[in-house]
Amino acid sequence: MSLKRRTVLPGFGLAGGFTLLYLCLIVLIPLGALFLKASTLTWGAFLEIVTAPRVVASYKLSIETASAGAAINVVFGFLVAWVLVRYPFPGRRIVDAMVDLPFALPTAVAGIALTSLYAPNGWLGRYLDPLGIKVAFAPLGIIFALTFIGLPFVVRTVQPVLEEIDREIEDAAASLGATPWQTFRRVLLPSLIPPLLAGFAMALARGLGEYGSVVFISGNMPMKTEIAPLLIMTKLEQFDYAGATALGVVMLVMSFALLLLINVLQWWTGLRVVRG
Amino acid sequence: MTTGPIFASPFVEKAPLRAWITRFVLTGLALSFLFLFLGLPLVTVFLQALQKGVSVYLSALWQPDARAAVRLTVTVAAIAVPLNLLFGLAASWLIARFDFAGKSILMTLIDLPFSVSPVISGLIYVLLFGLQGVFGPWLFEHDIQIIFAVPGIVLATVFVTFPFVARELIPVMQQIGSEEEEAALLMGANGLQMFFRITLPNIKWGLLYGVILCNARAMGEFGAVSVVSGHIRGKTNTIPLHVEILYNEYNFAAAFAVASILTLLALATLTAKSVVEWRSAHSDGIASNVPLPTVAEDTHHEH
Repeated sequence: MSLKRRTVLPGFGLAGGFTLLYLCLIVLIPLGALFLKASTLTWGAFLEIVTAPRVVASYKLSIETASAGAAINVVFGFLVAWVLVRYPFPGRRIVDAMVDLPFALPTAVAGIALTSLYAPNGWLGRYLDPLGIKVAFAPLGIIFALTFIGLPFVVRTVQPVLEEIDREIEDAAASLGATPWQTFRRVLLPSLIPPLLAGFAMALARGLGEYGSVVFISGNMPMKTEIAPLLIMTKLEQFDYAGATALGVVMLVMSFALLLLINVLQWWTGLRVVRG
Repeated sequence: MTTGPIFASPFVEKAPLRAWITRFVLTGLALSFLFLFLGLPLVTVFLQALQKGVSVYLSALWQPDARAAVRLTVTVAAIAVPLNLLFGLAASWLIARFDFAGKSILMTLIDLPFSVSPVISGLIYVLLFGLQGVFGPWLFEHDIQIIFAVPGIVLATVFVTFPFVARELIPVMQQIGSEEEEAALLMGANGLQMFFRITLPNIKWGLLYGVILCNARAMGEFGAVSVVSGHIRGKTNTIPLHVEILYNEYNFAAAFAVASILTLLALATLTAKSVVEWRSAHSDGIASNVPLPTVAEDTHHEH
């Protein structure tokens, strides 16, 4: 077989066969079913479903809230990564481990916890409500939930890059008379932009599809606080499989585009790190 | 050698104080943010769970529906995690040990489930096995139920946890290299001996790490399972779905009580993860310089 390099290691056929079979059965054929179902719709019917006002409103809300959450995470995720790498403090290891909490905590638990915090009678909600700031059952609540979900993506992409940056270059910049701010902007920021963008894209991708943490806090009002994944769920509950499929295809295409972007950004990050 | 007096004096005097202030303010800001977004939700779960006392807390956990949910979640994870473990071993062996055409496409395909919305992860199985689905009529004729039953929950869970083990093992295996395995084979070991004596001991920490993450997601998955479960109390409700039902019935104390089990599981996962990271960093040999990537950063393919 010219397909593989000659090696003494066994198991190419077994591992390859099992990997491909399992991949097809679990991932490729089921995902194919989505496109198969979508292909039974005419182009006109498809367009009519995905351009309905309620659907467009849900996509708009999903994109806006996921972008806002990811943007908050770029700022604070970077800050957290910076503090964890540059400023050792007691308990740093525990805080570092806690950053992964959104990966480990089931989304439904995050959802009900955030809702009870920000509900008008909640610990935080009771102070925000008199100020006219509505978090729970409003778009701000969705943004907060997606901020929670996306945080580790930004921290964990920026952190390794910060750790690899050569401190001597900063010292050199400082000894040449650069202010700390100039050092940061001219020396550090250029190598941090690719990982920050990659982190943003990952948090955005996750936020677009997120369901569990959002449904409790959002209030789920059509046209106002109804995210796209929830609308798919609603259509399924009404046995509108064609509608759910059409929405799903659009979302899947968006995720694939983001996945491609993330891969490009990570390739760029790798390039930057190598160049120092 | 003397430093230029023009800028040296203000620089040396001011910088340490300013640097300390910056450091103090930034650390404070970062910790406040983490407390607000991670700490408070965590504390809330336990305080809300215990708001009506320990007896209410315990009875919420001991309720038959809650126990059935725990049983189902454990069963589903006990099927999904070993399946994905086997797949992870096969896929990482294939990718880290052989050169073949289409490798990077294969790696992208393995990652695919990470970028699919949980709701869509459930939807695709409904479209395949649901009553109106591709295989729906055939399954109905043969009286096999997958959707709104346990097999559907298992399938959706396998899908969402699909990449976890493979993801952790591929970089670990690539880093270790195949010299030891090749040596073992040349000295006459067969494939199984090589795997159990060389490969498995070398990758054990990465493997454990992947299994821990895979299990946490399998037990906590909500969206995908919600689509395929049908929410039949005592039958097709997993722990996260049971939390949702209790919450929507305004039975907050019970909802948070059940949620607290999942929260403890998450904390145990984070602890185990830290321990594994620490152990793998401190165990001697090649494994010591293998960085164990987290889910976020390990979309890295090109090393």
